[in-house]
Amino acid sequence: MLAELVQFLFAGLTAGAIYALVGLGFGLIYNASHVINFAQGEFVMLGGMTTVFAAAAGLPLAAAVAVAILVTVAAGLALEMVAVPTRNASVVTLIIITIGASISYRGAAQAFFDKQFHTLPSFSGEDPIDFLGAAILPQTLWVLGITVLIVIALQLFFHRTLLGKAVLATSHNRLAARLVGINVQLVLLLSFGLSAALGAIAGVLITPITSTNFEVGIMLGLKGFCAAILGGLGSGVGAVVGGLLVGLIEAFGAGYISSEYKDAMAFGIILLVLFFMPSGLFGKRTTERV
Amino acid sequence: MRRRLMRALGMIALALGMVIVGRGPLYAADGSIRIGSFLAVTGPASFLGDPELKTLQMYIELINTDGGVNGRQLELIHYDSQANPKNAVGFVKRLIDQDEVDIIIGGSASGETLAVMPLVDKAEVPFISLAGSIKIIDPVQKWVFKTPHTDRMACQKIFEHMQGEGIQRIGMISGTGGFGKSMQGQCQEVAGDYGIEILADETYGPKDTDMTAQLTKIKGTEGIQAVLNPGFGQGPAIVTKNFRQLGFEVPMYQSHGVASKKYIELAGEAAEGVRLPAAALLVADKLPDTDRQKPVVVAYKQAFEDRHGAGSVSTFGGHAYDALFMAVEAMQRCQCSDAAGVRDELEKTAGFMGTAGEVTMSPEDHLGLGLSAFRMLEVKGGDWALLD
Amino acid sequence: MLKVLASPRGGGLLVLIVLIALLPLGFQNNFHYDVAIRVGFNAIVVVGLNLLIGYAGQISLGHAGFLALGAYASAILTGSHDWPPVLAMLTGAVGVGLLAFVVARPVLRLKGHYLAMATLGMGMIIAIVLNTESQLTGGPDGMSVWVSFGVAGLEANTPRQWYWLVGALLVVWVWLALNLIDSPFGRALKAVHGSEVAAEVVGVDTTSVKVTVFVVSAVVASLVGSLSAHYISFISPQEASFFHSIELVIMAVLGGMASIYGSLVGAAILTVLPQVLTAFEDFEHLVFGLVMMAVMIFMPKGIVPSLGLWLAGRARRPGGEAAP
Repeated sequence: MLAELVQFLFAGLTAGAIYALVGLGFGLIYNASHVINFAQGEFVMLGGMTTVFAAAAGLPLAAAVAVAILVTVAAGLALEMVAVPTRNASVVTLIIITIGASISYRGAAQAFFDKQFHTLPSFSGEDPIDFLGAAILPQTLWVLGITVLIVIALQLFFHRTLLGKAVLATSHNRLAARLVGINVQLVLLLSFGLSAALGAIAGVLITPITSTNFEVGIMLGLKGFCAAILGGLGSGVGAVVGGLLVGLIEAFGAGYISSEYKDAMAFGIILLVLFFMPSGLFGKRTTERV
Repeated sequence: MRRRLMRALGMIALALGMVIVGRGPLYAADGSIRIGSFLAVTGPASFLGDPELKTLQMYIELINTDGGVNGRQLELIHYDSQANPKNAVGFVKRLIDQDEVDIIIGGSASGETLAVMPLVDKAEVPFISLAGSIKIIDPVQKWVFKTPHTDRMACQKIFEHMQGEGIQRIGMISGTGGFGKSMQGQCQEVAGDYGIEILADETYGPKDTDMTAQLTKIKGTEGIQAVLNPGFGQGPAIVTKNFRQLGFEVPMYQSHGVASKKYIELAGEAAEGVRLPAAALLVADKLPDTDRQKPVVVAYKQAFEDRHGAGSVSTFGGHAYDALFMAVEAMQRCQCSDAAGVRDELEKTAGFMGTAGEVTMSPEDHLGLGLSAFRMLEVKGGDWALLD
Repeated sequence: MLKVLASPRGGGLLVLIVLIALLPLGFQNNFHYDVAIRVGFNAIVVVGLNLLIGYAGQISLGHAGFLALGAYASAILTGSHDWPPVLAMLTGAVGVGLLAFVVARPVLRLKGHYLAMATLGMGMIIAIVLNTESQLTGGPDGMSVWVSFGVAGLEANTPRQWYWLVGALLVVWVWLALNLIDSPFGRALKAVHGSEVAAEVVGVDTTSVKVTVFVVSAVVASLVGSLSAHYISFISPQEASFFHSIELVIMAVLGGMASIYGSLVGAAILTVLPQVLTAFEDFEHLVFGLVMMAVMIFMPKGIVPSLGLWLAGRARRPGGEAAP
C-alpha cells in the first residue's frame, strides 16, 4: 500500500516538476510583458531536439546542452523582438501572435530536424533506486533536484540582485519603472531569454524519460499553462505549486480512480478552484479600473 | 462609402483566395498515371505518415526512371492530413474532383480512412488504405482495399503465443489514441477464444510522460502472468521503461504498432525480452534463404536505408510499398489505369509477395493476408530476433 | 427597401449576397464547392464567436466542444435512434444551450486568461469524454453519419444543394447579427467590453448580457456542428479538440474583432490558406505560422478593421473629409 502511494507520488512529482518549470516560464514572460506566451511548450521541444541533434553531430552532452540552451534563448529573444513591440495589440492579438510563433517553431523543427522521436541517455544510468518499496529512476531525482535549484536561484535573483528587482518593478508598473531609470527593453529581453532557457532545461531533463519529437511542446505547453493559471498568474510559488498539483492529480487519479479520466479530473479540479478563487491559488486579486 | 469600399475589398480578398485554390487541375493531363495520397505526415501519427510518404516518393521515382508503368510516368499528388478525419475528407475531395487521380493510396490512421470511405465509394475510385482497423475491410466495400494486418489479427497472434506459453491471465495497458483504443477493443473481443482473461485494463493518453501509476496498479493485481501494451508512438517506449523500472517479473508483449528500430532505440535496454507480432521485414536479414518473402523484404530494407540511414526502415513504410506495387502490378496485368479496370484487377491479386506477407485477395477479402504473415519477434541484444 | 440597401449595414449584406450568388460561376468542380461550404460553416460559427470575443470581450478557447456536442447529438440520434435530422439537430442545440447556460455563470465570472483557462478546460473535458465513451461515440476512430440532412422531404445531398443551404443560412445569420449589434442589447455588449463596472453603474445587467451571448454563440456552434456532421458524413473527437477551438478564435481575431464582416474574411482565409500552402510541402506549417504572425503584427486589430482604418486615413488626407 505504502509502496504504491510512494510510487504514485513520485510519478506525480516528476511530471509536476516539468509542468512547474513550464509554468514558471509562462509567469516570467507574463510578469514582464503581460503576454501569455503560447510558444512556451515549443521552448521545451527546442531544448530537447537541439540537444539530440547537437549530440548526434558529435558534441559531448554538456556542450550539446549548452548549444540547445543558446538556440532556445535566441528563439525566445526573437519572439520578444517580434511580438512585444506590436502596438495597439490587445491581449487576444498577442495570444494569436504567440500561437503563430509556436506553429512556426514546430514547422521549423519539422523541416530542419525531422519528424522522428529521439531520446538521450539518462544522466546517471537506468537502474531504479528503491525507496520505501517504490522504484525511482535516477533521472527523476535529476528532474526534481534541478527544479528545486532553479526555483531557489530565481528567488535569489528576484530578491537579492538589482537586475532581479528591476524585473519585479517592471512587472508591477512598467511606466513607473521607466521613470526611475529602469531599461524596460532590457528587462523584457531578459524575461523572454530566461523563460526560454527554463523551457530548454526542462526539455533536456525529460528527454531521457519521455523522448522528444517536434510536437512534444503542445501538451507540455498546455499543462504548463494549467500550472501557471491554477497557481495564479505571475506568482512563482503559484506556478510551482500549480504544476506539482496537476502532476499529482493525474498520477493519483490514474492510480486510484481511472486512467482514462485522469486528464479530465485535472481540468475539472482547475475549474473548481477557479470558481472559488478566480485568480488562482496565489494570484493577486485585481480590481477593475474605471 | 469608404466602409462599403473596405467591405468590398475584404470580399475581393476572399474571392481571390478561392481563385488561387481554383487554378484547375494543377497537373496538366500529360498522359501520366496520377496516384493520389493523403498521409499523416505531421500530427500524432507522423511516424506512420512520414516513412509512408518517403516510400511512395522513392519508389515512384525509381519506377519512373525505369520507364514508368505501361509506358506512362507515375505522378504522386500528396497532402498532409495530420491524421485529422475532417482534413482527410477535404483532401480526398480535392484528389477526386480537382486532381482527378486514378487511384488513392493513403490513410495512415484508421479514423481518417473510415471517414473517406463513403467518398471513394461514391466517386468509384480505387483506394488502398494503409491503416490497421478491421472495420476498413469488414464488411468489404467494393472500392476499398488495405495492406496492413488488422488489429484483430495482432491480438490473435499474441494470444496464440501466450497460449503456447501457458499464459492465461494478463494485464493490459493501452494508448487512448485511435490505434491503441481500437486494438484494446479487438483484444477484449478475442481474448476468450484463447482462454485468456484480462484482469487489469488500464489506459494512458498518447502524449503522457509517465505510466508508472497505471503499471503499479497492474502490478498490484493478483495473478498477472503477462502484460500487453497496444499503442504506438513514444507511449509504448515509456511504458516499456516504466515496466522495467517497477521490476515486473512477467513477460511484456507489445503490438505491431512499435515495429521499427526506433522503439528499441527509445526504450533502450528496457526493451530486452519484449515480444511482439510483426511482419518479416524487421528480421529481413535473419530469415532463412528458403523463405519466399526474403528477397522482397531485403530489397525494400536496403533501398529505404540507403536513402534514409541505417535502422530507419519500419513496417509502416512497408505498407505503402505493398500498396504501391499491388496497384502497379494490377495496372500492368490489365494494361489499364481506369478506375473500374484497376479495381477489378486489384481484387484478383494472387500470390503477391509484399513486405507484410503473401497477399491473395478475393471479392470477400480485400486484405488477403493470413495470420501466418505475422511473425512473433523478441528483442535480443538491441535487435529483433525470430521467436518461432 | 432602397433605403435598407443603401445603409452601410444593408450595403455590406448586399455585397455578401451578390458574392454568394456569383461565386459558383468561378467553380470548376465539386472541390471548389467543398471549400466554399467549409468557409460558410466556419463563418457562421465565427460570427457567433465574435459576438462573444469581439463585442463582449469574453474569450473562449472551448467552443469546438459545443460544436462537437451538436455534431455527436445529430450523429447518435439520427444514426442509432432514427430521429429525423432536424429534430436531432434542435435537440442537440437545446442540450448545448442548457449546458452553456449552466456553466456560463461561474465561468464568465472569470476574467482574461483565467477565463481562457476555464473555457479551455471545459472543451478538453468534452473532448476526453467523446474520446473515451466509445460505446456511444465510436471513440477516437470517430463515427459515420449515414442520414442525409433534410427538412420536409427536401434533402441536401449534392455539393450544390449544400452550397445554397449554407449560403442562405450565412446571409440570414449575418443579418440577424448585424441587427443584434445595433439593438440595445448590442450596446449593452459593447458597454460590457468597455468596462463592466461602468456598465453596471449605468444599469446594464452585465452577467445576464454575458451569459446570453455565451449561450447564443454556443448554440450557433452546435447547429453548425450538426449540419457539418451531415455534410461531411463523419465525425471524430478531433472536432472538439483544443486546436479546433483555437482555430475558430484565430479566424475571429485575424479577420477582425468586433467586425461581422471580419469574421467572414477570417473564416475564408483560414479555410483556404491551408489548401494553398500544400504547395510548400515540408515548409507548409512554418509558412502558415509566419503568415499568421505577420498579419497580426502588421494589422493588430485584424484584417477588416485595419484595412478600414487605412482606407479612412488615405481618404482623409487628400480630401480632408471626416470619417463616418
